[in-house]
Amino acid sequence: MAWLRRAWPWIALALGVLLPPLAAALGQEFYISLASRIGVLALLATSLNLLVGLGGMVSLGHAAFYGTGAYAVAIAAVEWPGNGWLAGESALLAWPLAMVASALLALVVGAISMRTRGQYFIMITLAFAQMVYYVFVSLKRYGGDDGLSLPRRSHLPGLDLASDTTFYYVVLALLALALLLFTRVVASRFGRVLRAIKDNEARAESLGYPCTRYKLIAFVIAGAWAGLAGALMANQGSFVSPNLMHWEQSGTALVMVILGGIGDPWGGLAGAAVFMLIEEVLSAYTQRWPIGLGLVLLAVVFFAPRGIAGAFRKRE
Amino acid sequence: MRPGAPLSVLYVVEQGLNGLQFGLMLFLLAAGLTLVFGIMDLINLAHGSLYMVGAYLAATLTQATGSFVLAVPLAIVATAAIGMVLETMLLRPLYKRDHMSQVLATFGVILIANEVTRAIWGVQPLSLNVPAAVSGSVELLPGLPYSAFRLFIIGVGLAVAAMLYVVVAHTRVGMLVRAGASNRAMATAMGTDIRRLFTLVFGCGAALCALAGALLGPLLAVQVGMGESILILAFVVVVIGGIGSIRGALVGALLVGTVDTFGRAFVPTALRAFLPPSFADAAGPPLAAISIYILMIAVLFWKPQGLFPARG
Repeated sequence: MAWLRRAWPWIALALGVLLPPLAAALGQEFYISLASRIGVLALLATSLNLLVGLGGMVSLGHAAFYGTGAYAVAIAAVEWPGNGWLAGESALLAWPLAMVASALLALVVGAISMRTRGQYFIMITLAFAQMVYYVFVSLKRYGGDDGLSLPRRSHLPGLDLASDTTFYYVVLALLALALLLFTRVVASRFGRVLRAIKDNEARAESLGYPCTRYKLIAFVIAGAWAGLAGALMANQGSFVSPNLMHWEQSGTALVMVILGGIGDPWGGLAGAAVFMLIEEVLSAYTQRWPIGLGLVLLAVVFFAPRGIAGAFRKRE
Repeated sequence: MRPGAPLSVLYVVEQGLNGLQFGLMLFLLAAGLTLVFGIMDLINLAHGSLYMVGAYLAATLTQATGSFVLAVPLAIVATAAIGMVLETMLLRPLYKRDHMSQVLATFGVILIANEVTRAIWGVQPLSLNVPAAVSGSVELLPGLPYSAFRLFIIGVGLAVAAMLYVVVAHTRVGMLVRAGASNRAMATAMGTDIRRLFTLVFGCGAALCALAGALLGPLLAVQVGMGESILILAFVVVVIGGIGSIRGALVGALLVGTVDTFGRAFVPTALRAFLPPSFADAAGPPLAAISIYILMIAVLFWKPQGLFPARG
């Protein structure tokens, strides 16, 4: 089965690439936009997994960076509309802008939160996310509570993002890039130091590693990727609202990571896909689908303690 | 306060009482949460669900029996029983697991509890009326009428806090609970049956949840999702106070209750005093809403273990 394990990323990629023509052939184009949403949430969950799985930093405020990225795109589109590549509606400008905005926010939040550990870290990140949430609720200029509609999706030279299929492929490409980066980071010196800090911070510190700086860098990177996920989600539905950064969104992202497998490169994708598919499939049959989802979560806790992706791995 | 109304002493007193009342209810929720967290090291997200179940049971039983006074003890006993069953069947295997498994499992419990509640009681919020005996208002000071029901809540909250203090600080069971919170392994080694103790603590925590649900039911809406919004506040209280500390939970709850109430009552007006009105009106409400989070960040910045760390 070793070959399967090595081939698995390529199989997943092939499935991802083949999904739109398959959906179109079956007359189920609806699944293309569902797959886009799964891809975006997988990106969000993967960025959180970098924090939780690699750095041992359990954040319950990750949606703040996701929502900030989404709002950066929406505000840029509303304030500087236009067709040029330097306009606010240009993906080449707005998406990196979203990442930078989220990274800066993560730098501030992270720098203060690094003073705390464990459960206290969970709560302080939650507090910052709530603050960001209420700031956006109060921004009447950008819709406040009701949110803000984008006139259209961002434009990319040579690609028509208005097409759901094209947009899906862009999401797929960015997700693949994120997963590749994740595996590279895990294997890198940076990733090893992070894991050393997670295992025993005092030991890593005494070996001479500036632990707080390493953790802060990981926090900023994860924030930037969450911002990109937010930028994509704003485009997917052409709509942003403070709900994107509500703590339940942070909680859902965290549940996706645990469900998929903490620290596993595939954990974020597996968690997001299973979570969303269960919701989609069960809600087609019964209004009471949350009971089913709840039972699945309990089953994973008791029968697959290392998450879904972890269950497919050999015990190390 | 109405915009432009003068800041009177009576109004400050009234808001102070509101803050005390809210803080005491938060304490009922946080007391159970902090012990569960402190002794068994269990992150129990489903704590808010017990509060919801307690409120629903109290509302239904009040309708069935026609008496709030009769319904509340029944709801408390029933919720405590549900809590103990939940603890024995589902949570006990989770103690040895890491926090993330506990988060996932108890998140699943929330989903199930909310949906079962919806299936039984429907999607419409239930109404729980203020009992007739305390439905009026009392003239506390000349010119300061205050809701009798809120006074009743303050009285019950103070009584429970005092009772908990006596039990935790001056009884054998309370000593075991404190021992368990400060060093579980040592308490077990000294022959304490932590397991049975914990089922008991969990049941008491559930009972306090039900009491808070029944008392807050007439003031807030009894609806699905009520548990999650207050759960966050309860966690804020626990973290400010220090995980595992009952005294910390009381101080934290009163701080959070007062800061939140005063923030909502005074921050918008105060801002208007020295900022342009348009800006003050925009910044006031969000600043009031985040006041408790600012409090928590400030506490954690200077005391990263909370105000009263239970673990030595």
